[in-house]
Formats: sequence, C-alpha cells, structure tokens
Amino acid sequence: MAPKNPIDPRRVVGIEAERVAHVSSTDFPGHYPDEDHSWDLKKFKKNLKVKVQRLSNRSIDFDLVGVDASIANAFRRIMIAEVPTVAIEHVYVWNNTSVIVDEVMAQRLGLVPLNVDPALVSMKESPADTATDRNTIVFDLKLTCERNPSAPKGSTKPEELYINHELLSKHLTWRPAGEQEEVFADNPPAPTNPDIVLGKLRPGQEIEMELHAVKGVGKDHAKFSPVATASYRLLPLITITSPIPPQHAEQFQKCFSPGVIRIDQRTQEVSVDPVGVRNDTVSREVLRHPEFADKVKLGRVRDWFLFNVESEGPYAPERLLTESVKVMREKIAVMRRAAEALQEQFGGAGAADGDVEMADV
Amino acid sequence: MTESIPPKIRIMQGASSDLSAATYQIYDESHTIGNALRWMLMKNPKVEFCGYSVPHPSENFIQVRIQMYDNLSSLQALITALSDLDDVCETIEDAYIMSLREDKFERWEEKS
Repeated sequence: MAPKNPIDPRRVVGIEAERVAHVSSTDFPGHYPDEDHSWDLKKFKKNLKVKVQRLSNRSIDFDLVGVDASIANAFRRIMIAEVPTVAIEHVYVWNNTSVIVDEVMAQRLGLVPLNVDPALVSMKESPADTATDRNTIVFDLKLTCERNPSAPKGSTKPEELYINHELLSKHLTWRPAGEQEEVFADNPPAPTNPDIVLGKLRPGQEIEMELHAVKGVGKDHAKFSPVATASYRLLPLITITSPIPPQHAEQFQKCFSPGVIRIDQRTQEVSVDPVGVRNDTVSREVLRHPEFADKVKLGRVRDWFLFNVESEGPYAPERLLTESVKVMREKIAVMRRAAEALQEQFGGAGAADGDVEMADV
Repeated sequence: MTESIPPKIRIMQGASSDLSAATYQIYDESHTIGNALRWMLMKNPKVEFCGYSVPHPSENFIQVRIQMYDNLSSLQALITALSDLDDVCETIEDAYIMSLREDKFERWEEKS
C-alpha cells in the first residue's frame, strides 16, 4: 500500500521526460546544515518497514522500506551469489554412447537443481579435498535404450517405438554413503523436478555415469545459485498536480499500466490507485502528451524496495532473505575479528607506536 | 595448493602513523560488503572521507579508504561500522520474520 500522507520529497527520485533527478541519497552527516544524519539504530528501527506482500510455493514478494540502496543491494547480491546450495560438480563417465558428448552432458547435469538441504552438507575447503560422506553426495545415472517389442505396427512415435528413449532427471539415483542414510532419511536427495530432459537416446545407446554433488556458492558457478531471479524495483510515485479535465480522463488512464489510474464513475475525476501504482512501469508516456505534461509528476521512492525473489532449488522462498542475512552477518563477523586482531597488533585503541606492519603493495 | 591465503584485512602502505587516514585491503569481499560498509562509514560524523573500490575484477579483494577528523582511529571507525552493520542485519531479519508471522499476505500456488 502506498501511504496516504505525502512522501518526503527528499525520498523521491524524480523521473522527468528525458532525465532522472536526485538519484543519490543525501542522508549523510554534513549534507544538510544543522541536521543530524549520523547513524542512529533507534531511528532506523522506527523507519524500517518490512512487509511480505505475496508468497507462493516458488516465489515471494516483499517490501523493504527505509534502508539505503547499498543494504538492499547487498541482500540481493548475496541471494544470487553467496547463499550456498548443492549441485553436481564431478561427473565420471563410464560409458556414453549417446549423441551428446561427455562434457556437454556434464554441463547439463551440473545445472539440475537438487533438493538437498545445504545445512546438512559441509563445504569442501579446497577442490583437492578428498570426498567424504559429509561433503559429497553421489548419484548414479544408468540408462539403456532398447526397441519396444510390443510397439504398435506402423507407429512413428519414439515413446511407443522405444524403451527409455529419454534421459530424465528422475533417472538420477542416489547412492547413500556412510551416515548419509540417516541424515537424509526424511528427504532423500533427488532433483527438485523429475522431468528435466537431459538427453535423448535411440536403441543401442547407453549411458553410465557416476555424479558427485558438492556444496558451493553462485559466485563460483551459477549452478549453485539458489534463486532463479532475485530483484528489486523502487516504488513508483505518481502525483497529479492539477486536475485532469473529464474529457481527457480515459486518455490519461491509458498512459499508465492497467489498474494504476482510477476514474470516478460519476464525476470522471482521476486518481492514482494506491495498490495498482506498484505495478506501474513508469514508462513516461504521459509526459509525451502536452495536455498532461505539466499536470503530473513522476518519480520513485528511493528507499522503498519492492523485492521479488523466485526460489529454484532446496530453499523455500521465504527462507532466502533470512539465509542471506545469515551469510551477511557471517561475513561481518569474520571482518570484525580480523579488524580487532589488527587493532590488538596496534596496541589498544589504535595508539600509534610507529611499528605498523603495512602491505608491500 | 602452494599459494597461501592472504590475511582478511591488510593496511596498505602510506597510512598515517596514527591510522587517522588509511586504506584497508579486504580479501575475498566485493561490492556486496564494500558499498554497504562505505555507506555505514559515511553515516559516522567523524569520518571525513570514505570510499571503496574493486581495483581489478580478477583480484579477489576490495580497498576501503577511510580518513578521519580530529586524528581519530580509522580502524576503530571500521570496527564500529561493522558492528552497526550487524545491527542493521539483525533489525531487518527481525522485522521480516515478524511480517511472516503476522501472515497478512496473499498466498497463491505457482505451477512449475
């Protein structure tokens, strides 16, 4: 819901016919004379608003209001690139007589999303680490295509003529090792979607492979990314500055996305729908009409982020933000330990004794 | 693995001896932390200047430059900013979980 009371003009990014205005945030100490913009957790807590708008089994929409773009962007980036998942990393090909060459098949297998909860798998310290039941999940993939002896006469359909003519993600069979049988008892490792076509076979062709899945992050390879998309937009802001004549109401409405502008049935009075405005594309079409250009102001609210996150893989969509917060806080903790160790080295609260060890570069 | 992992944070050569102006090289971090940290440092009224850069995309580190007023320690400001950033994360997570619990949102079924 857009607020009823007007938005502070300092929060608005102006969208004009051929330029955008006031893009950068200005809430820093020293920017406005005699105003205090130093960090204040209490004030932040008061202004912060997080509200889930829509939730499905695959995606979530939520509003994050009252934070700087750098913070919203950090969470978006972490969701894409640093929340870990498990994906197939090593493919050992014992036999592959299909038309798809080994390396292409290995690439396709890597991209298959798995349902393995990453919390149950530990990350390999380095690629050279030996595989154990804690850091590797093994799948077997074995399929042979044959002629169907009971195929209807004269049929030309592959699904009738042949047995196993398609290699699908459901053909991946998990081979438990060590303690895995107990750990994964509730949710045996498998692809999240059983019907992904990995390749096509014809009679006499055969595939036999061993697949090793490991835990990784999206910045190493996109196959480890837990999201299909994770993006945000800024809340559109449409302000009608002087009344639109009734005879132009419909034309005005057509300048925006459907559902954004309401027209009163009786008075033909034009107003902005507070819910519908979220879906406006801010196309600026309205500014191309001379009769409207000076009657409306377009903008976006700089600290009002409309997130849309689509999960792909093991995380429920509502878990992705909390996971990214977890990753972010872990990063902060690691840096803080390093900074405090550095301070220790300097002897207390940064007291200078001249023997600072600096990098050579 | 012959190469050793560099330290998480290094102080670049040329820092003032009281650390009131210094450039920190943070290993294995990117814009994700760089920009957020820069923002939080700039919220500190004792910080005269703060900026960050990713010097080269194939080198896995960022550099954060901090200059302080009144000869204060930039390292202390860095530590404070990190703990404030942690508060931000905690606050956002709490507010998000609260909103999820309130359960006042549209639920729908998406086919895959």
